[in-house]
This record gives sequence, structure tokens and C-alpha cells, in this order.
Amino acid sequence: MKRTKRRYIAVQLDCDGVPTERDLLDAVWASLTKLYGEVGASLAGLVLISFDVERKMAVFRVALVCLPQVRASLAVVTSVADVEVSLHVLSVSGTLKALFSNL
Amino acid sequence: MKRVFADLHLRVNPKDQQTAQRIIERAAKFGYKSISIPFNTQLEIAEVAALKTASAKVGLDFVLRADFKPRNQEDLMHFLRKFRRKVEVLCIVCDDKEIARQAAKDRRVDLLNFPSLDYRKRFFDRAEAELASCGLAALEVDAKSLLVLGGPPRVRLLASLRREVSIAREFHVPIVFSSGVSDPQLMRMPRDLVSLSFLVGLGESEALDAVSINPQTIVGRNRVKLDSKFVAPGITVVREAKN
Repeated sequence: MKRTKRRYIAVQLDCDGVPTERDLLDAVWASLTKLYGEVGASLAGLVLISFDVERKMAVFRVALVCLPQVRASLAVVTSVADVEVSLHVLSVSGTLKALFSNL
Repeated sequence: MKRVFADLHLRVNPKDQQTAQRIIERAAKFGYKSISIPFNTQLEIAEVAALKTASAKVGLDFVLRADFKPRNQEDLMHFLRKFRRKVEVLCIVCDDKEIARQAAKDRRVDLLNFPSLDYRKRFFDRAEAELASCGLAALEVDAKSLLVLGGPPRVRLLASLRREVSIAREFHVPIVFSSGVSDPQLMRMPRDLVSLSFLVGLGESEALDAVSINPQTIVGRNRVKLDSKFVAPGITVVREAKN
């Protein structure tokens, strides 16, 4: 079976306060599902790799084929758990090592 | 070549200096090089100067833009005569078919904006695109509605925008993708705006052009025309003869 190509996305949260990891992931999933439906969201292979509360920075892993869809879904997020949030993509990379070196 | 990004539609009240300042600082932080806060029917020199100074402080180029929603064709002509020589970007907000047609064929209009969410009040059809392609007008798409709407209204808006973008592409009408936000929290980085434009059917290079080359081309073209050395298209004063 062919290996699935993946990309890592570093996202900066712009908000007052810090949402929980669960709330953030739920918000991104909700946005992805709203835009592309359950089938589309299932293809994205979205996983939250890490969430740095101090720097308000999260790292997601997605399938390469769904990268534009996930980026659009991240841009559409306006609130997480009723708190106004905007998510800004800082960097996209094929490996975590390269991602963190780009930041 | 490094792209220079522009957001020509930050809808802040120019009188509200505090919010304008916040928006300008955020735009600089996000990596924009040019921004514009539209004026409506009155250009206050003091406000323009304050915005230009605030933008220059953070390394931004402030583009002077006027938006107008004419009631009828005479109103449109009056506005164009009054403002064309004063502003760098001129946008007509089209709420009426006759005005949309007139604005599309007038070469003084830079941007056509269709704010209505009702698809029956969005007049960017093939006839409109044909007129716009003969003139110089570009289609402006605001990201704000995509951010604030949800559910069926957003679905309908996306369908309308996809249709309009496809028509614009067919008739080679440039597309300018702007944020159109008044709340600093809704501002997005240029690359995130590009991601949002993916939703309306723009390809990657087209989307990048819509937030960089297309707005910059409009601004550059008009700055040349507003220059004191400009005489007519292709003719500029190189130097004045000594008597």
C-alpha cells in the first residue's frame, strides 16, 4: 500500500486567554466538517501533534492531498469555545524537524 | 520574486483613529505592504494625513480609496467626476443592475463590489463581465462574509462567488481578494486570505495574484495618472523647456 504523504502545520492562536487542547481540536474539526462535510473531513487525517500553551502555538498533522482544505478551514475559524480566536498559519513542512527550524 | 501583499478593504471608520491604528499595526505584523481604509463621500485631509502617517510609521503604504454606493446613474457620474482625480482607488458598491452596468463600462472605476448576500442582487453575470473586461474594472471579493456567515447563507454565498469567479476568469476580469473586515480580530494573514480564496474556486497562483499583483497593478496605474507629470496615457512630461 502506498504511504500517505503528510504535512505538518504550525498555527498561531490570536486570542485573549488560552483554549484547551480539546476545544481547539473540536473547533478545527467543526470548521472542516462544516466546509467539506464528514466524508471530506475524514480524508484530511487531521491530528493535533502539540499545543504550546505559553506561546499559543499548535501543530497539526494533515494529509498532503487535503492541505488546501485544512488551511481554508483553519482560516475560517473565528471562535473556540465561545472565545474570539483567529488562527494564523505560520509554517507548513513535511517534517517536524524542518517545521520547528522554520519558526 | 517576492510578492508584495495588499489589503485594499479594511472597513474602519477613518474618524475612529484608535481602531484604525490597531488595524494598521496588525496589518504590518501580518506582512502586508499596502493597505487601504475606504472613505465614503467626504475626504478629510487631516484624517488622510493621520492614516498615512500611522501607516508610514509601521512601514506600510497607505492607499487612498473611496467607496460609493450610488442611488442612480447621475449620482454615479457626479461621484466619479468629483473623486477620480483625488483618490488612488475608486470602488463602486453595486446594489442595482443599472448602476452595476454603468460602473463596469466606465474606465474611471477600479473596483466593482457586490455586497449583497442575496444572489438575485449580485449582478456580476456574463454581460457585466464583458463590460468590465472592456473597461478597467476589477471584481472585488470580500472575505468577511465567508468568516461571519455559517450554514445555508454561506453555502449560497459560496455558490454565487464560485460562479462570479468563473465568469471573471472567462472574461479575463482581474479579481481582487480583500478582507473587508472592520474588526481587527477578523483580519487574516495574506497566505490565509489565499487559503480562503481557494473556497471560491481560485487556483493558487490566481489567489496569490488576487492579493498581491492585481491590487498593486490598480494602485500603480492610478498613481501614474495622478502624478503631476502625467499628460495622457503614454505621454508624460520629461522636462520643461527653458524660455
